[in-house]
Amino acid sequence: MINVIWLAMIVIGFCFAAVKGNIEVVTQSAFDGAATGVTVCFGLISVLVFWMGMMKMAEDAGLLSKIAKLLGPIVAFLFPDVPKNHPAMGYILSNMSANLLGLGNAATPMGIKAMQQLQELNPDKQVASPAMCTLLAINTASITLIPTTLIAIRLNYHSANPAEIVGTTLVATAFATAAAIILDRYYRSRLPRTPKRFVDRTQPPPPETSVKG
Amino acid sequence: MLAFINLISTWAIPIIIAFVPLYAYYRKVLVYESFVDGAKEGFGTAISIIPQLVAMMVAISVFRASGALDFFLSFFTPFFQWMGVPSEILPLGILRPLTGTGSLAFTTDLIGTYGPDSMIGRIASTVQGSTDTTLYVLTVYFGAVGIRNGRYALKVGLLSDLVGFVAAIFICLLVFG
Repeated sequence: MINVIWLAMIVIGFCFAAVKGNIEVVTQSAFDGAATGVTVCFGLISVLVFWMGMMKMAEDAGLLSKIAKLLGPIVAFLFPDVPKNHPAMGYILSNMSANLLGLGNAATPMGIKAMQQLQELNPDKQVASPAMCTLLAINTASITLIPTTLIAIRLNYHSANPAEIVGTTLVATAFATAAAIILDRYYRSRLPRTPKRFVDRTQPPPPETSVKG
Repeated sequence: MLAFINLISTWAIPIIIAFVPLYAYYRKVLVYESFVDGAKEGFGTAISIIPQLVAMMVAISVFRASGALDFFLSFFTPFFQWMGVPSEILPLGILRPLTGTGSLAFTTDLIGTYGPDSMIGRIASTVQGSTDTTLYVLTVYFGAVGIRNGRYALKVGLLSDLVGFVAAIFICLLVFG
């Protein structure tokens, strides 16, 4: 899926540029994109280094497993195949709380830590486990209480009521999150039941289904 | 309520920054060493994401700059006008899952062009705020642990983005219409 999308974007872009007779755009934009990728990553370094340091402390102090015990039931429902009191649970919870508070840059490192913990439980290191897919689904539709960046932009452009979109955002994000959880459950239920130790990677993925949007 | 949520947003991080080391120290953790240990890991993780991120950004950049994106968008315009939704919003719906910075730039542009309190400005704000950059999140999260096959994760992410996009438009038409 990701391979096809990636290739299609490049090839289609190339064809368009060729037909329009400005092929040099491809060169320019490719290197621009590469530069953007690195810039974004460098922007992430400080945040990741800081938050992972904080999280490590929290983990060593046993804080994460404490939080996990407290809010366990919700996460246990979403992640039935992660053992209770596993450190992954704590990271998943921190990640969800950070998303909720609109601390996007704090959510990412915690999400990555959660992924690393889930990877330890994953029998096939190349293929995402259902739990990983669930975590991703929750994050892509991240429930946000306060879209801080947007309120700032609206203020900049002299909006009469910069925060008026908080309510609409909350409703839209609730719909997106509900859809993500439901869809994740649906696809998870259709996974071929393979024994834990033998994951047959030659198996075709489940057939595509059309979902009316 | 809004003031309360704002209060939480302002205080959450400072409290975490103060409380976590204190609690860890109380639990006899070597706080400084522990922090540095975790921080080392963070650096490695950040660096290891670069290849995936560059790959993704290059494809998106070529796709957009070549005019291919605009071409595909033009197909949807009539349908949108028939729905009574400003078609200026559509590129944002497509960009949102692909690029965080790109869609934020586009949202800023819409707000600047049509005004923050116009219907387009409000819908754009809501769309931008209500979902995350699916492709980026997938790239970063799976890249960090070396997953090659994401199974149905991308499908779920993109479909829920679509739901969020449609919901954003309808709720704005409902509330501000």
